[in-house]
Amino acid sequence: MGKSYDVAIAGGGIVGAACAEECAAAGLSVVVVEPGPVGGGATAAGMGHIVVMDDSPAQIALTNYSRTLWMARAHEFPADVEYVSAGTLWVAADAEEMAEVERKRAVYEAIGVRAEVLGPRELAEAEPNLRPSLAGALRVPDDAVVYPPCAARYMLQRALERGAVVRAGESAAQLSGAGIKLRDGSFVPAGIVVNATGAWAPSLTPGIEVRKRKGHLVITDRYPGFVHHQLVELGYLKSAHSMTADSVAFNVQPRKTGQLLIGSSRQFGAEHGEIDANMLTRMLRRAQEYMPALAALTAIRSWTGFRAATPDKLPLIGPCPQDPRLYLATGHEGLGITTSLATAKLVADQLLHRTPAIPVEPYLPGRKQAEHD
Amino acid sequence: MPDCDVLVIGAGPAGLAAATRAAETGASVAMVDDNPHPGGQIWRAAAGKAPQDAARWIHSAEQHQVEWIAGARVFAAPAPNRIAVEKFDGELELGYRSLILATGARERFLPFPGWTLPNVMGAGGLQALAKSGLPVEGKKIVIAGSGPLLLAVAKYMKEHAADVRLIAEQATQSALLAFGLRLAAHPGKLIQAVGLRAALLGIPYLTSCWPVAAEGKDKLEAVTLSRGERTWTERCDYLACGFGLVPNTEIAALLGCRLSDGSVAVDEQQQTSITNVYSAGEATGIGGLELALVEGEIAGFAAAGASARARTLFAARDRYRKFAEALEHAFAPREELKALPREETLVCRCEDVTLGRVRSCTGWREAKLHTRCGMGPCQGRVCGAAVEFLLGWKSESVRPPVFPTRIESLTRTEPPA
Ligand SMILES: Cc1cc2nc3c(=O)[nH]c(=O)nc-3n(C[C@H](O)[C@H](O)[C@H](O)COP(=O)(O)OP(=O)(O)OC[C@H]3O[C@@H](n4cnc5c(N)ncnc54)[C@H](O)[C@@H]3O)c2cc1C
Ligand SMILES: Cc1cc2nc3c(=O)[nH]c(=O)nc-3n(C[C@H](O)[C@H](O)[C@H](O)COP(=O)(O)OP(=O)(O)OC[C@H]3O[C@@H](n4cnc5c(N)ncnc54)[C@H](O)[C@@H]3O)c2cc1C
Repeated sequence: MGKSYDVAIAGGGIVGAACAEECAAAGLSVVVVEPGPVGGGATAAGMGHIVVMDDSPAQIALTNYSRTLWMARAHEFPADVEYVSAGTLWVAADAEEMAEVERKRAVYEAIGVRAEVLGPRELAEAEPNLRPSLAGALRVPDDAVVYPPCAARYMLQRALERGAVVRAGESAAQLSGAGIKLRDGSFVPAGIVVNATGAWAPSLTPGIEVRKRKGHLVITDRYPGFVHHQLVELGYLKSAHSMTADSVAFNVQPRKTGQLLIGSSRQFGAEHGEIDANMLTRMLRRAQEYMPALAALTAIRSWTGFRAATPDKLPLIGPCPQDPRLYLATGHEGLGITTSLATAKLVADQLLHRTPAIPVEPYLPGRKQAEHD
Repeated sequence: MPDCDVLVIGAGPAGLAAATRAAETGASVAMVDDNPHPGGQIWRAAAGKAPQDAARWIHSAEQHQVEWIAGARVFAAPAPNRIAVEKFDGELELGYRSLILATGARERFLPFPGWTLPNVMGAGGLQALAKSGLPVEGKKIVIAGSGPLLLAVAKYMKEHAADVRLIAEQATQSALLAFGLRLAAHPGKLIQAVGLRAALLGIPYLTSCWPVAAEGKDKLEAVTLSRGERTWTERCDYLACGFGLVPNTEIAALLGCRLSDGSVAVDEQQQTSITNVYSAGEATGIGGLELALVEGEIAGFAAAGASARARTLFAARDRYRKFAEALEHAFAPREELKALPREETLVCRCEDVTLGRVRSCTGWREAKLHTRCGMGPCQGRVCGAAVEFLLGWKSESVRPPVFPTRIESLTRTEPPA
């Protein structure tokens, strides 16, 4: 039997990397098991929008906390993390959605998240390529954009500098509170084991309620200045919230390179990663409805990724009820880039018995999940 | 309902031969190419100026009512037996019973210091520019790389009054001699080669020679060459480089055809691993004009169901394949070329990624994710082959759009229910 670690983490996505960094910073000995490139799973597929979302009080608490952590670290990231404080515009199509903008602003204001309402003219000035005659938008200026694989690599790098170990190219076959059994049969003993394998988590911890939710994205050639904020239709929340139908929503992000990343789609039951021409078309049509000038831009690539979705849309962070030394850090759906830093804090808080900055109960794996919809 | 029996992608020699032969059997045939004129890499020229054998094939394709769809690039395969094509003014979808992939090859670039300077270009690329009007008269040109393409380009440049300083061929003299002996078994080729040599009289042809650096302030001014112990600098206006060719396999990969060794795998009827999909010409391996033609003919017959007629051409194909093997052997890029780029030399010019950064990764996917190598508009079509040569990494899967495509083209067609 090899050396025993304080913490053994399965998965080197952004969540595993953030947990490794946080635990190593707290002085724990850490090992990360990752079969592929760091951040090569959903982290490579995600948009990298750091965003406060208000689907439920627990979601807004987690995203707001985590965004604060990102903001506090903005200055330390190397250039390839591409942290840009672009801000979000929640775009309202009509008067009904404008009412929603007002409601949202009040919610954000109540928790100290800066947000301002833009009328139709201000919106057109802020984003001239949006279609005319939209009703307005909510601007959330401190939301940001990052390049997730390099953010994950950076966090893991920091963990390594503090003595963490990466078992690259190796794969976990079995997890228990006592350690990780690798595919090659060897065993990595540990005091605490963290399952941070994203959408793969149920294969290592059977029975947890995590399902794959497929998404498509398209990236364009470089068009600097074409879009300034991350633009999301207000209906996005409906799209993300619904657990039943396939859905698309207008979601466009300016990259630091001048490229545009266009989303988004959500599908359950699609197990394979190939492009679904039908979804891609629907998604791009939706984007063009909001931004007709997109039509003439050149797309250079499309891809898909899998979000790890839970019934109540909140991640699973903390010990399994049946094995208190086996932790879960998964189920982040479309927000795992945003919430990676807070997840890492909450994992370390629990295993070190520190007082967390926000209550952990809504995210505990043992909670009773109320399924919406 | 399919729009045609046989759809041919690519109107180079292989595609023209395939379309003509398929149409001769009475099949309805359409042929698409992303260029305004048929002819492919070798025969492409302004309309009406195509060389004689090109004109013959183009003429007979026309005579047999091959529907010619010009300036149309295939970018996706949205449903079984259908492909999507982007034209400059719109998008269309085409259905077929059988498909022939005659997508040809592109040049292989190998990075060396200065290779991204303006006026350092592909050998075939410079030729294509000259054909479409770039004046080369009196320009000092150095041609470097490997293979018969260098000679063809030199000849063309010379005929257009360029001042071709020299041809730097990386292969050894002895490899070429051995190749020359094998050529003797191919009278047609021998004559072509001799003819080329004659036309080149006066252009130094240096074997075991390659560029080590291109220099210049805002654009190319000179190239430093190396041959054995000697290095020297040649002033020039253009440096035309071509280190062999790489098959274009994107569409084949998109359709799920099996690839082998970087080219589309085919059986004796030129059929790919997918039953109604055929492939011919350089997409199936680099072999030159004659092989492309005969493979195209076989694929055309086979795709139209005339496999007996296809069979009569097998012997000819075997001969040209032997030639292709000899060619590949003689002009294989040498190990020494791997030492040309320095750590700070760009490998990916779309995203400005240096060799040093790429080398620090463990493989192509990690390099892509962590350095953006291959993520730009060329999607690895340029750097992929270079990285494969330098580091032995194969690039990963293809997805639609396989070529940069306007968003409106991706959304115009009705999504299938
Ligand atoms: C289309 C799309 C858009 C998105 N946009 C955003 C966004 O804008 N903002 C945002 O915050 N979030 C976004 N997300 C969500 C975000 O990408 C994910 O929530 C996040 O990347 C999850 O990170 P992770 O580390 O949990 O999972 P992953 O990145 O998937 O990491 C899991 C890792 O586990 C490894 N693994 C698998 N099996 C094993 C095993 N047996 N042993 C060891 N390791 C294993 C995998 O190789 C992988 O690297 C998006 C997701 C998608 C799909
Ligand atoms: C740059 C270059 C220059 C060359 N110059 C010479 C020369 O001067 N002399 C010589 O003897 N040999 C030359 N060759 C080699 C010669 O082209 C080949 O030996 C042979 O003729 C190849 O025929 P082909 O039909 O297989 O391919 P090609 O002639 O390459 O034809 C393939 C055609 O398919 C088209 N195509 C590819 N993908 C798509 C798509 N997705 N949608 C639509 N159309 C598509 C291409 O644009 C091209 O027109 C050159 C090769 C290259 C790459």
